[in-house]
Parts: sequence; structure tokens; C-alpha cells
Amino acid sequence: MLNSSLSELSAALAGGKLSSVELTQMFLARIARLNGALNAFITVDEERSLECARRADAARLHDAVGPLNGIPIAHKDIFCTSGVRTTCGSRMLANFTSPYDAHVVERFAAAGAVLLGKTNMDEFAMGSSSETSWFGPVRNPWDTTRVPGGSSGGSAVAVAARLAPAATGTDTGGSIRQPAAMSGISGLKPTYGVVSRYGMVAFASSLDQAGPMAKSAADLALLLNVMAGFDERDSTSLEREPEDYARDLDKPLAGLRIGLPREYFSEGVDTDVAARVCEAIREFETLGASTVEVNLPNTRLSLPSYYVLALAEASSNLSRFDGVRYGHRAAQYRDLLDMYCRSRAEGFGAEVKRRILIGTYVLSAGYYDAYYLQAQKLRRLVARDFAAAFGGCDLIMGPTAPGTAFPHGANTDDPVQMYLNDIFTIAVNLAGLPGMSIPCGFDSRGLPVGLQIIGNYFSEARMLGAAHRYQLATDWHARVPTETPL
Amino acid sequence: MSLSLDDVQRIALLARIAIDPGEEQTVLDGLNRVMELIGEMQAVDTTGIEPMSHALDVTQRLREDVVSEVDQRARYQANAPAVENGLYLVPKVIE
Repeated sequence: MLNSSLSELSAALAGGKLSSVELTQMFLARIARLNGALNAFITVDEERSLECARRADAARLHDAVGPLNGIPIAHKDIFCTSGVRTTCGSRMLANFTSPYDAHVVERFAAAGAVLLGKTNMDEFAMGSSSETSWFGPVRNPWDTTRVPGGSSGGSAVAVAARLAPAATGTDTGGSIRQPAAMSGISGLKPTYGVVSRYGMVAFASSLDQAGPMAKSAADLALLLNVMAGFDERDSTSLEREPEDYARDLDKPLAGLRIGLPREYFSEGVDTDVAARVCEAIREFETLGASTVEVNLPNTRLSLPSYYVLALAEASSNLSRFDGVRYGHRAAQYRDLLDMYCRSRAEGFGAEVKRRILIGTYVLSAGYYDAYYLQAQKLRRLVARDFAAAFGGCDLIMGPTAPGTAFPHGANTDDPVQMYLNDIFTIAVNLAGLPGMSIPCGFDSRGLPVGLQIIGNYFSEARMLGAAHRYQLATDWHARVPTETPL
Repeated sequence: MSLSLDDVQRIALLARIAIDPGEEQTVLDGLNRVMELIGEMQAVDTTGIEPMSHALDVTQRLREDVVSEVDQRARYQANAPAVENGLYLVPKVIE
């Protein structure tokens, strides 16, 4: 059961083979056994989870229930949950309990899913290794001396180590796709605006997007069907007709044109990563797809553009943490100004402070045109690159990250070295496009490699369909991590 | 452009983050490393390029100007570090 797909679990529950309470107990027991070593969860409330499971079992007796009824789901600890603390991996919010649920949390609850727990993450989703959490680093189940990627590393590890059948994540510059790649699971960042940001602690609002993380593309489709949809409480939520993201799962790949960006296969990409990605693309060709070379010439410039825009937005968003209405307040201070400064100095970790300071600087008087405006113009160039590329192909494929999981501490001294992990993912956020990562093999150390699939706006169903055909022909996504056998 | 220690304290005050003198240099080195990366975009000629502020060209929705929330003050204040009689407490601002 621990390695079953969501459809299999759904069928088992529907057929009365097991109850949601039994299923939930199975995962809670595995969390109790393995979370000490992996640190994937910050908060687990067994009683509450079992209460959710009992309600799901009861609902099944007299109501028509959806496919996720009774299935345990882990939420990244960036989603507000009424009655369960929401820390965002920060000391600032270590004791914060939201008065309301995030839209995504409401959606899963309405679908009858069981809240399994809140997963660990880089503080305020600012990181690519899940090492900056106030609650300690997350460990990769393929090699616990290594990071799982980030910032949604806890969600990625919960799914990879089979501590949860599925999880939610958020992706501002690659925070779903990069940990999915490094932990050997599947993850999807939808088109900006498809999933509501209501109740999701804000990092960079014009880039933040929530998405599902699971073992397979077919599972992602079921999860996105629940998560996606208009919400008037998010001013950038899109009013669109609901769609079935599983509708293309059975569609053959014949006729699919795959664009291969020259820039994604250049220097700086690990040779094993490049080899596994090329093998995956050959498999797509075997299945009937064709390939064409495309150009994304502003790939490298997406990095400075992103770090201006994201940090500017972050400095503004995180100004709400003032030690007055919620969050950490320093014990010692001279006056109101000193209270703000000390509360924020104590409540935020080094990387979050660095990002707020840079964001504050680029927005300060006299520097706006040189930094913020220039970055917005580069963002336009990056978006135009994709528009031109999609003129000649249906999907773009390449590596999700230039390398595989790195050892703990390897990139903590140089922030820019850490940021380079997201070189292939951040352009997708700048353009607002959907992107996903699926497992496509292992490097010579036995660490997972991720294949990134980028689609045009609102092409999630096509991407999931293509990924599913690949997963029917391969079994990389079904492999269980070496350090956490079933 | 490289930042100085004076810049660090100026920016830190704007950002309302206290930085102890002992950590100034480490903070400065980190900021300059990131500014070096950001500086790469200065070399690009973007004359005539329209800035892109948002991923999708959509117009903001408007709603009727009516009260939509109920009063949940006590629930919200349960997270506050210091409250009294429904008010948020801060150090004295006016002598």
C-alpha cells in the first residue's frame, strides 16, 4: 500500500479493502519510524489526522465521494492550516497558528483528503536545499548525507520515502521541480494563476505558485484537479472553465514536437545528468515524438532578473513581520524602532535577511530604474524567448537542475553557487509558464536525475499526458529510495 | 557596484533588521556576492523593451464596496505577542 498510486489507494478504499483510518495509521507509523532521520515533517498531529480519516470513512457510507476521499496528503508548512501551526520553516512563525485555512487546504479537505502533517522547507521558501529551516535540515532518502533540494524538500522527501502518498509544494523559482528532481519524484508547477495563493505565506507574489508533488504524473493530474480553480480571495486567480487535467493521460505521443533548448545542454551541466536526460528524450522519440532544437538565449540573464524581482517583492511581503500582530517579538528592546529591528533580526535566518536587504536596496530611492525596471525588461525578454520557442514545438524538455543532490553544507558559504541550482527553472516562473519534473534515471552515485518538461500557458494536461506515457514505458518513478526500503 | 559597510547599516535600518557590528563584514560579503550576480544585467541594452510586471496580461477584478468579513478580533489577536482590551501593545511612542 505504501507504494501504491492514488488511483490504487482510491480503489482499495472504495472496494472496502481497507479504511482511511487504517491507511492513515500505516503512514503515521512510517513517519514515526523514519522522520527522525529524514526531518521531512515539522508538525504531525496524529489525533487530528485520525479524526479526518474517521470523517472520510463515515462520509463514504452515505455520500458519493471523490477519488481523494480518505487519502492522506501532506502540506508544505507554507500553507495556513486552521488549528495546526504554520511555521514556514522560520523562528518568526514557530508558534503561529493561522485563524483560517489556505484555499488549497480547503480544497483538499472538501475532497475528503486527510491532513497528514506539515512538511519542512527552506525558511520562507527561500532556498534550494531545505537546509535553512529553523527546524533543522531535511535529509535525502537516497543518501542522507545529502540535501533533498528545496525549498519544498520536506514534501519531496515525504513522497520519496513513502511517508505520504502525495504532498503539496510551492514554486517561486523552482521550489517544486528542483526538489522533485533531487529526491526522485514527480512535481508540477502550474501556469501562474491556476491555483489560488490565498493562505499561502507570500514570498514573491508575481512568481509564487502552488502545485502537487507525487510519485507519478497520473497522481499529479488527480491532485491538480482538486487544487486548481478560481478563488476571488486571490486577486491574481484566473477565472477559467474547470478542466480535467487527466484528460490527455491516454493520448499517444505521435505528432508531439519536443523543443530542446541549446542553452540547457551546455557547459555547467553534470555529464550524468545530461546523459540521463538525453536517454529520456530518446525514449520519447521511440514513443512517437519528434525533436527540434530551440533557443532560449536569455536563460543566463533570467538569474539576475529573478533575484532583483523576487527579492524586491520579498522585502515588501516580509515587512508584515513586525513583532506586533503575530510572530516573534524580541525580549529586550529600547523603543518601538529597536523592537522591530531586534524582533526581525532574531526571527529571520541569515538567508532570509540577506534577501530582504538586497530587495530593500534595489527598491531604495535612486536605484529603481537601474535594478527593478531593468529586471522587468529582462523578464519580458525571457518571456519572449519562450513565445518564440513554442512557435515551433509543443513542449520543451531539458534537465531540471544542472546537478544531482549535493552534500549538506556544500553550497552554504556562497549564495550565488546555491542560486545556480535554479538556472533552468526560474525562467519558467518569470514567464508564468507551467513546468514539471519527472524522474529519468540515476547518476553514477545512485542519485536521482530529473527531466524538466515545460509547456505553453495552460498546457498542464498535455504535459501530464506526455509524462504519463513515458512513465508507462519506464519505471524510474516507481523506484524506492535505498535508505528507506519498504 | 560594490556596497560598503555604511551601506549595510543604512539598508538594514530601512529594512528594520538589526545587524551587530560583529556580523557586518559577513553580511556585506554576502550582499556583494549577490550584487555581483545582479550586476550582470547592466550590460544588456533594453532600450525600447516594455517592462513586464506580471506573468499574464489580465486586468484587476473589482468588487462591490461592501463588508465581506465578520469580526474575528479575538481569534486574530490570539497570535499577537502582547494585547490588552482588544488593542495591540507596543512600547511607548510619545513621551
